[in-house]
Amino acid sequence: MTGTEASHAELARVVREHAGRLAASLVHLIGDFGAAEDLVQDAVLTALRRWPVEGIPERPDAWLFTVARRRGLDALRRESNYRDKLAQLRRLTPQEPSADRLRLVFTCCHPALPRTAQIALTLRVVCGLTTAQIARAFLVPESTVAQRITRAKRKITDAGIPYRIPAPEELSARLSEVLTVIYLLLNEGYLSTAEQAQSRDLVDDAEWLASLLCQLMPTEPEAAGLLALIRLHRARAAGRFDSAGGLVLLADQDRSLWDRKAITDATRLLARAAAHRRPGPYQLQAAIVACHAEAERWENTDWEQIVLLYDMLLHLAPSPVTRLHRAIAVRHAVGPHAAMADLEALAAPLDRHHLYHAARAELLRDLGRADDAHAADRRALELTDNPAEQAVLERRLSWA
Amino acid sequence: MKYVLLFVDTEQFADDLQAMGPAERERAYQRVNQWFADHADKITGGSKLQEPHTATTVRLDGGEPVVTDGPFVEGKEVVSGYAEIDVADLDEALRMVKTWPACPVVEIRPLIPETPGAVRPPEAAASAP
Repeated sequence: MTGTEASHAELARVVREHAGRLAASLVHLIGDFGAAEDLVQDAVLTALRRWPVEGIPERPDAWLFTVARRRGLDALRRESNYRDKLAQLRRLTPQEPSADRLRLVFTCCHPALPRTAQIALTLRVVCGLTTAQIARAFLVPESTVAQRITRAKRKITDAGIPYRIPAPEELSARLSEVLTVIYLLLNEGYLSTAEQAQSRDLVDDAEWLASLLCQLMPTEPEAAGLLALIRLHRARAAGRFDSAGGLVLLADQDRSLWDRKAITDATRLLARAAAHRRPGPYQLQAAIVACHAEAERWENTDWEQIVLLYDMLLHLAPSPVTRLHRAIAVRHAVGPHAAMADLEALAAPLDRHHLYHAARAELLRDLGRADDAHAADRRALELTDNPAEQAVLERRLSWA
Repeated sequence: MKYVLLFVDTEQFADDLQAMGPAERERAYQRVNQWFADHADKITGGSKLQEPHTATTVRLDGGEPVVTDGPFVEGKEVVSGYAEIDVADLDEALRMVKTWPACPVVEIRPLIPETPGAVRPPEAAASAP
């Protein structure tokens, strides 16, 4: 890694740490989400231009505040009816408005906004990503991201989406909306391959957001469950790719590369969440990953426990994809015949899902039906556009 | 903030209502009345609309105005009524709408706030005979 790249990562971390705080204070003070967001984005762009040259200032928060305040004053001076806000901006100083930050997250993830806009807004406003960084991470044109953000900001203002922590009776539904956004960032980042390493590491942003949420809402076990899930994935990241950048399947991974301390810490976090006795889909998914992470060798995996956890997960959040994962666990806990019976029932809902066909191929191979396995792998290959997964399937096809 | 709630009927909903016995239908109407009573302090206007077959649409985007029979969009979902509400924000509007006991679709549309000093359109009441 070259010097500029190292400072790039540092830059990303510092910006993320402070941009959201700045946004939270500004929205609170000037009461206009769109205008505040513009100021933050402007300050972030200025920082990304100047910090690599001038170095990161000693007080990045104060620096960003100063830039935003100066811009804000310039903008407001041109508008005569903004006198009160002008006065407030003059008094603005860096602070730690944790409630404001939570309001910001809930506004960005409001259910009246489309999912793509929730994600883009959260990354830009809460994590301080630039429009260009978001576009690169999701492989979409910059203009698309810019348009999503503009539309979302207009809707927040024009439709009266409030800047507020939801009422207690709505909190659980609204929190699950926020967790979904973070979970999608994890998925998106988790599946990206080494060649995308230049782009922003979304898993890093997902972990940071989940940990922010845990700090701000310490009594919500699902937030802790999601954080544990993310950390358990990250703890095993070193084993997921070989030296050539190819994806290594769980069974073949070198488990000595896994970060045992991080796994232990994440498992403890999960246990503390479980102590609330309010299980949820993220806690259960984290518990399943913990079963894998705690096994020293593939052969030691506690598949019976995993099947049981999948049953609980299906009870809370039924989905064909979860049933597919349960069937894969059944293959190891019981055997290929039982797993195949479960899989057959999923043919219709998952016909266009590559993992269904890849799992089916493995079962068919177990059952000695090599030709059918080959056809299933081929179907899986047609259905995935992730290069790392394609490589695994191609390797398998060339062996068979 | 002011919003208009657009109540939207579907064919399925109309059929379901048709299939109800008189007592059951009475109870359905009762639930709607109760909803309006529960939110009376926030509802500032509105009305049920006549059936879509009573609608007349005028198109002015050609040379001459073209008058046609029927609503402006032909579809399985038709606007059957509206209510104007005055609430704090979208979340309050959402809370109200989530308890709506009748037709299966409701659109929440904010009204453009009146700007002080702007010329207001004449009140409908003022021009009524």
